[in-house]
Amino acid sequence: MNIHEYQAKAILDKFGVPTPKAEVASTAAEAKEIALRIGGRVVVKAQVHAGGRGKVGGVKLVNSPEEAEEVAASLLGTRLVTNQTGASGVPVEKVMIAETLDIKDELYISIVIDGDIGAPLVMASTEGGMDIEEVAESTPEKIFRVAGDPLIGLTTYHARDIALALGVPAKSVRATTKLITDLYNVFVENDCSLVEINPLVITEDDQVFALDAKINIEDDALFRHPDLAALRDPNQQDPLEQRADKADLAYVKLEGGRVGCMVNGAGLAMATMDITKAAGADPANFLDIGGSADQARIEEAFKIIIGDDDVEMILVNLFAGIARSDIVAQGIVAAAKETNASVPMVVAMRGTNAEEGIKILADSGLNITGAPDLAGAAEVLKAKLLELGESN
Amino acid sequence: MAILVGENTRLLVQGLGRDGSFQANRTREYGTNMVAAVHPSRDGQKFEDEVPYFSTVAKAVEDTGANTGVIFVPAPFAMDAIIEQVDAGLELVVCITEGVPVLDMVKVMAYIKGKPTRLIGSNCPGVLSPASKAKVGIVPGNIVRPGNVGVVSRSGTLTYEAIAQLVQHGMGQSTCVGIGGDPVHGTTFTDVLELFQADDETEAIVLIGEIGGIREQLAADYIKEHVTKPVVAAIAGSSAPAGKRMGHAGAIITGKAALASEKNKALEAAGVHVVESPALIGAKMKEVLG
Repeated sequence: MNIHEYQAKAILDKFGVPTPKAEVASTAAEAKEIALRIGGRVVVKAQVHAGGRGKVGGVKLVNSPEEAEEVAASLLGTRLVTNQTGASGVPVEKVMIAETLDIKDELYISIVIDGDIGAPLVMASTEGGMDIEEVAESTPEKIFRVAGDPLIGLTTYHARDIALALGVPAKSVRATTKLITDLYNVFVENDCSLVEINPLVITEDDQVFALDAKINIEDDALFRHPDLAALRDPNQQDPLEQRADKADLAYVKLEGGRVGCMVNGAGLAMATMDITKAAGADPANFLDIGGSADQARIEEAFKIIIGDDDVEMILVNLFAGIARSDIVAQGIVAAAKETNASVPMVVAMRGTNAEEGIKILADSGLNITGAPDLAGAAEVLKAKLLELGESN
Repeated sequence: MAILVGENTRLLVQGLGRDGSFQANRTREYGTNMVAAVHPSRDGQKFEDEVPYFSTVAKAVEDTGANTGVIFVPAPFAMDAIIEQVDAGLELVVCITEGVPVLDMVKVMAYIKGKPTRLIGSNCPGVLSPASKAKVGIVPGNIVRPGNVGVVSRSGTLTYEAIAQLVQHGMGQSTCVGIGGDPVHGTTFTDVLELFQADDETEAIVLIGEIGGIREQLAADYIKEHVTKPVVAAIAGSSAPAGKRMGHAGAIITGKAALASEKNKALEAAGVHVVESPALIGAKMKEVLG
């Protein structure tokens, strides 16, 4: 789960990680007041769940409270489109007003889970402000990695090693070491999947600050962090993804796809997207209906798929183990009839009660073409796409 | 011989709620020797009037000689169940539960290190050896056939898909192993490849990976050095966008190595028969085995 920068800052504050003075505003007038309170030059930062905001005017330096008000007014209520959002962008409902610092050096630090090591991994680099993927690609030797111990945590000497590798001034080593240790605690105690400080800055007077903060919380651990779960901002999510979340469906909207996919199992859902693409059309979504989906959930899944205006065809691929094909078929038929959906469907059904499911679909009068299996579904889809192309 | 589960499997089931009980019944119907059920408040009762319940895993192992455990408990309690089974000395522990917090699995893996127990999962369909009717997990028993192809996969449904294609092309399976879709998991591709390579019954191997992590690359390294049996591989998720979790917690593109194309490249370089779509696994294996 993504959270906003101002929420991440609040968590860092709680764990003693130094951050610049900053407050969040929902109106331009509030932004002005905050800028006045902080004093001097401030930075106005749009609060959105997407990177790349600096490049599209989502982060602006201003010289006065009046200017802060102006910039806040120009951002609030708009949608920001960055290289990490879809074409419709994400809404700016809050801005953060932060003090500016006299920066001597910009560094990078992040913590993720390394699946192979099986522990949280601290990655640090002297190339602050840059995309870490680019640094990893072009100058991998500039990334310093230390894994925490799953049971002990990150020892102080490890944190100090990182501070020293970053080449911070002698006067800042102690504060940087503490900051890294505290960040590690933020990661572990909040069940994060990502803590990224980019940049971590050393000021002219050798103080160290987390200038920017990105924190993601692991979805699977939210059950034990109700306070963090409450930070969810559904408005930053695609409306269909939001709806799927409510129905407990694993759904990811894919930009510009034409073929909606309804599948059981994450691996098969990915493979179904892959064969769709290979058949010549972009998949419109990833959707795993899960093992024990009841009819109501299938109906909701179908409605979510056709709620996507780009969808021209639906590919249903079911290999039912725990799930029951007949229930899935009933759900599809009920939802299609309720919504008067005329979208053509290609359906492959195998496993538990597959024959019953296929019969229900065949008798439904809906525009459905059967397919025997995954390879067959690819063939049928290809043919149907050609038909669709000709009729358009 | 098959691997991991077979004639000697004496199964203990922990987590007998609705889904766990359903699966335990399918397991017994298939012919697997389920010797114990564990539930904190059903001591002295019997599951389906036949299999004794115990309140602790340790007691169940002591009384029944169970050597293999399967876990269906809800995610918040999965770490505890795994550790209880490890402490009771089970040889093999299979955690089916989906949605276990990653940091719990991090602790589990640290705890288990150096102990004799092998863990499979979390978030996996488990293991099935058709010839000996040994099923530990949720792989449907009606789709498998005894034979000589070993299957190892990160995905449950793609495991079934591969099995169905093999059967369609006239090939059975020695053992099917779902290692699970979580980023931190017990038994890895490499571990299973080592077992298949040493197993007389296994003539060829199907490996199904997906986007995320570097385990397919590590498998490729291992195959290059140690595996002489033919391997057919497919990687799911070539059409997935970066940075979005595709259902499985581990299926997310976070860097170059996580891409399907990178994994395919590594496997091809190791001499693996990589198919561009999981739909072609059966046909390719047929071609490879002649």
